[in-house]
Amino acid sequence: MDDLLSEFLTETSESLSTLDVELVKLEQNPNDPDILSNIFRLVHTIKGTCGFLGLPRLEAVAHAGENVLGKIRDGELVVTPEAVTLVLESIDTIKYLLGELEQNEAEPDGNDAELIARLNHFADTGTMMGGAAPAAAPIEEPPIEEVSEGGAVDSDALQAAFDAAEVDPEFATSSEPETPAPAAAPPAAAKSKEVAPAKKPAEQKAEAPRGEAKESSVAAQTIRVNVELLENLMTLVSELVLTRNQLLQMVRGKDDSEFTVPLQRLSHITTDLQEGVMKTRMQPIGNAWAKLPRIVRDLALEMNKKIDLQMIGADTELDRQVLELIKDPLTHMVRNSADHGLEDIPGRRDAGKPETGTVTLNAYHEGGHIIIEISDDGRGLNLERIKAKAIANGLTTESELEGMADQQIQQFIFKAGFSTAEKVTSVSGRGVGMDVVRTNIEKIGGTVELKSVEGRGSTFIIKIPLTLAIVSALIVESGGERFAIPQISVLELVRASNNSEHSIERIHDTPVLRLRNRLLPLVTLKKILGLDTKEATDEGVDEEAFIVVAQVGTYSFGIIVDRVFDTEEIVVKPVAPILRDLSLFSGNTILGDGSVIMILDPNGIATRTGEITVGGSQGVEGKAKTDASDRETTSMLVFRAGGSEVRAVPLALVARLEEIDVENIEHSNGRPLVQYRGKLMPLVFIDGSYQMKAEGRQPTLVFQDRERTMGLVVDEIVDIVDDVLNVELTADQDGLVGSAVIDGKATDLIDAGYYLELAFSDWFGTEDNGGEKKRVLLIDDSPFFRNLLTPMLSVAGFRVTAVETAEQAMELKNRGQLFDAIISDIEMPGMNGFEFAEALQNDELWGEVPIIALSSHTSEEDFERGRQVGFSDYVAKFDRDALVSTLVQTLSNV
Amino acid sequence: MSDSNALVPSHDRGGALDLGGDSQDFVTANIGKQLFGIPVLTVQDVLGPQRITRIPLSPPEVAGSLNLRGRIVTAIDVRKRLGLRDKDDDDPGMSIVVDQGGELYSLMVDQVGEVLSVPKKAFEQNPATLDPRWREFSDGIFRLDKKLLVILDVTRLLDFTSSIKQAG
Repeated sequence: MDDLLSEFLTETSESLSTLDVELVKLEQNPNDPDILSNIFRLVHTIKGTCGFLGLPRLEAVAHAGENVLGKIRDGELVVTPEAVTLVLESIDTIKYLLGELEQNEAEPDGNDAELIARLNHFADTGTMMGGAAPAAAPIEEPPIEEVSEGGAVDSDALQAAFDAAEVDPEFATSSEPETPAPAAAPPAAAKSKEVAPAKKPAEQKAEAPRGEAKESSVAAQTIRVNVELLENLMTLVSELVLTRNQLLQMVRGKDDSEFTVPLQRLSHITTDLQEGVMKTRMQPIGNAWAKLPRIVRDLALEMNKKIDLQMIGADTELDRQVLELIKDPLTHMVRNSADHGLEDIPGRRDAGKPETGTVTLNAYHEGGHIIIEISDDGRGLNLERIKAKAIANGLTTESELEGMADQQIQQFIFKAGFSTAEKVTSVSGRGVGMDVVRTNIEKIGGTVELKSVEGRGSTFIIKIPLTLAIVSALIVESGGERFAIPQISVLELVRASNNSEHSIERIHDTPVLRLRNRLLPLVTLKKILGLDTKEATDEGVDEEAFIVVAQVGTYSFGIIVDRVFDTEEIVVKPVAPILRDLSLFSGNTILGDGSVIMILDPNGIATRTGEITVGGSQGVEGKAKTDASDRETTSMLVFRAGGSEVRAVPLALVARLEEIDVENIEHSNGRPLVQYRGKLMPLVFIDGSYQMKAEGRQPTLVFQDRERTMGLVVDEIVDIVDDVLNVELTADQDGLVGSAVIDGKATDLIDAGYYLELAFSDWFGTEDNGGEKKRVLLIDDSPFFRNLLTPMLSVAGFRVTAVETAEQAMELKNRGQLFDAIISDIEMPGMNGFEFAEALQNDELWGEVPIIALSSHTSEEDFERGRQVGFSDYVAKFDRDALVSTLVQTLSNV
Repeated sequence: MSDSNALVPSHDRGGALDLGGDSQDFVTANIGKQLFGIPVLTVQDVLGPQRITRIPLSPPEVAGSLNLRGRIVTAIDVRKRLGLRDKDDDDPGMSIVVDQGGELYSLMVDQVGEVLSVPKKAFEQNPATLDPRWREFSDGIFRLDKKLLVILDVTRLLDFTSSIKQAG
């Protein structure tokens, strides 16, 4: 069965059982708005999902039911037992349809027009169609036949109603409202399941039991375990780990203990168990996104829009419980963005945007939180309409609105019953959604923020605290206590002393550190934590100190600590309620040795030191801006290998830095290899004469592109330097791009592509030569190639602007930037190279610019197609010389 | 919770379940010379000396946090909470672990005693002249043979927000 469908079935049957209970509750407390909105949401969710799965019959019933509930919620109708019965009936029909679906993976034939008509009638008039009894009679006839063996059939509707009242409790509720409804409702539910479709009694009998049997079979595929149980397991495992550690400690001193072997096994099993239990709780957020592409696709079809859904950071791990809770809000929000946020095709054309709208989901860890951004490039929020609606709903007054910032006004969309969509569609616009989103997110202690620019799009930023999330943390000591700092906000560690090149200086009494030609503000952890008992320690700090360079948003600062230990994977636990107001801590945890330590919150420290914290996305924007500027700086990794001269490689090309034990190096086919992360990684040397160490550990730069990794063995990693990359001369030597002045020193810039080819002869790369300062736009979705080509093309004398997608290139075009040539990849997510070229063909600004296609596939047809859509030339990705010569040739032709 | 760490034998605690109408069971503890009682059913564990991690910037009554079989427990210095002076001797003391709203707290006292079953008729309201701080944390007094048993109201003892408000 389709994953989506089976998930839908499991979910919906859960919702339905909740609904039964809730509806009965509602009947007892007709005026409880909480119960009502809960019911409404459940039905709305069912309806919404049906729509996307292409289940029109189910959707129609749910839609009609929702209409009635909506009216009740808005106070236009009152809750009566009849109303509840009617809604229950629609729910039973839904149940029946679900049963069929599960069995046949398709909706049964037939329709529920009669039921829908009654629901709509009730929604419109508030009365039962033609009075309660006659309305119900036609469908109630079959069960009467069944129960009373056909004896009680009467063409007179009223008579039937009386008969039914005797046998069928449901009738009791509809014709005699004073009969206690709760008791009546459940049996009624059971009955009308068989009743709703107009089928022969014999068939119905056969259907019902089968439906029930199936319901349990879907449930059997997965087990739902109470999170508390997992939590207990986790606690037990932590205990086990601690006990294991104690035992290991005891045995360690004794060489030939009979316990050694069993203890080792115990240790392995414990580790596996711990990992297993951890895993039961952690899931990549991609799991919650799995059904979004289809939802968006179907939505795009239905609304006649072109929508591109981008999902970034799908492997960000999230606690299962948290994931479950944000799943629905996320679906809602993506749906909202696609439905309300994005304009339709003509609308986008009028606004001068590309026809395809983009909805971007981006998840990442930041400062101990998980951030999920949902952004669209649509029309943004209409402030005027929000204002009008807020006043109409009595949420605020005009004078209050006067004094509000736009941002505050936008927050109104999180109020219940608030929707600015002009019309109610089957997708959204009923005003459920944003308030549900906020409620669900706040339930797990998160926040949701909204940024919207009219005409440019909206961005929702969900920030979820990392309760229970596992993070890697750096353990430091200050004032005799140990603390954990989330690794994610640690940039680097600097050891400062009076004798080394890094020393702490003071302005008045404020310590600062010169770090790579910049002044880094410093805070002393001991001081801000109030652990500084002696005044004199300040002097001591200057002698020798460890500085943890942390980054919060775009603000970086150094934290002076006494000692730095290792990094550890920690399970973050929230602090006790009485300590919650300590903003310097984001939680606490138990270390492997059993001690409790506090987790520092770099955000809190930054706030404490006077810097207003900057939101993550602003930071990213800020960075993006500097990257785009003309004097772009590049982070370079400076190292030494085979000789005293320093060499450098763009840091972005390096996936990781590793130290490889020489003993682990194996040889295959005469070439050195190591086992690395479960795969074989070829090692290459800087040149043929390079000699590895005979023993010990050898620093290695790991390069990675998609599935493949390669290690470049070096002697020493010197530093990481941010500098303007200005390659001064092209070297003739293989493996060198040229020399550049980096950090004031002449440095050989190595050609990573050359070494990649050494490792994998088919690892394509490209290089340029000659030419004057022409502007080249490079479009390639692989960061690897962008990083490879950018320095090489700049060596060849081009001014390169690299973008990731064709959409970004279009954006540059819309901003009026000009280029002499464009190099574009063909296979790209979103708009591909062909579409891009096609789009440019008749463009007045860029129509004349030659476009060179870059692809790893070069068949005759590709060439032909490329020429047709307007590519000037077509170059295979691995043909570096060809790209250069083509580029030069193309530009000289212009 | 297992009783492996508990110093109070479990059968004593089991006796607490026998809620005969006319007596109540308390775990007793000494701070200085005063005897205190905590309703036996609220007590999770009784601990000997533990390694406690200090929490910087926390209220002075919070001694720190400790690891109790994988759960993080916040240790409260009851002496400080009651406004008593620090202990003179170096005796590490003991702790009574209680559950408050799903969180565990360890109440640090000088000595944990036996579980006492006291007749309800021995109960007295707090004397009006009692130190206001003590009155806040005391649920009342039981008259024992030679001593007076002050019943601690754990909820109020751990409610730091209200005392902050009072201070402000």
